[in-house]
Amino acid sequence: MRRLTTLLFLAGLVFLLVVLADSLPFGDPPMRVGTAIQQGAASEVGAANFVTAVVLGYRGLDTLGELSILFAAATAGGLVLGTAHGGARRRPGGFILRTGSDLLFPLLLVVGLYVVVHGHLTPGGGFQGGVVLAAAFFLPMLARPHETLNHTWLSLVEGLAGTAFIAIGLLALFHDHTFLAPLFHKGVFGELVSSGSLPLLYLAVGLKVGSELASLLSRLASEDGTAP
Amino acid sequence: MIWIAVTLVVMTLGAALAVMLLDNLLAAVAAASVTSLGVSLMFVVLKAPDVAMTEAAVGAGLSALILALSLRRLGLVHLNPTAKGGEDDA
Repeated sequence: MRRLTTLLFLAGLVFLLVVLADSLPFGDPPMRVGTAIQQGAASEVGAANFVTAVVLGYRGLDTLGELSILFAAATAGGLVLGTAHGGARRRPGGFILRTGSDLLFPLLLVVGLYVVVHGHLTPGGGFQGGVVLAAAFFLPMLARPHETLNHTWLSLVEGLAGTAFIAIGLLALFHDHTFLAPLFHKGVFGELVSSGSLPLLYLAVGLKVGSELASLLSRLASEDGTAP
Repeated sequence: MIWIAVTLVVMTLGAALAVMLLDNLLAAVAAASVTSLGVSLMFVVLKAPDVAMTEAAVGAGLSALILALSLRRLGLVHLNPTAKGGEDDA
């Protein structure tokens, strides 16, 4: 009976979506913001990846809101799950898991840092790279449950990264009279060191997201966490 | 290109249906991860690599991990340390 109700609701949702999709022409958005950004982003922000130009340049405040939502969620999760005492009762992983985590850890670290640092050039950025970094630090925890992450360091990195993001935004406010306006020289279009403060902002986002999610995962993974 | 899209849609819908119908909770989590993977590949087909990366990292990887860990935390899935091979008996 419950499955039937679920299916009924799903059918209604599909019907709504079909009606919506039917009334909109496919691939032809009725807004002109997209074309305006495509024409202006290269000269105004200087990021080769226009998505980053929108995320950190035109809509930087939304990203700050996203970060604060993530921060609130991770803090609430940590509060509910309690501090990790290390899964001492857990059996260490098998040979394949340990060797695989040893092999994958540096690879994931490099990929995550690459995605974060090249966020203004290629697809990707702080959020995606941060998740990859968190996965990289979770993998050794899975293989060797006795070694837990140092939560003091994680919260330190998280707090410093969040402060750096807001500090760059405030610097732009004093410099350009706009919060989170692109700072510094734009540099050569498409180079690694270009588009002003955007790579720094994405580095802060990546470190913050990575440390938050790593601490959340390690708290979830510990079996006998006690609420403070 | 249309056949790639059709295959992906069938895979995604099949995995989504499996989430609802599977009795094993861990298998349902894996099916949810496959659903996210299909959606992320659809994003690649639609030329939105940024969204595809987010969907693959968060939807397919992280949320499945969090769901599986919370299942264990809630005691719905037991990874028994004494059992050989650590098989779940959900």
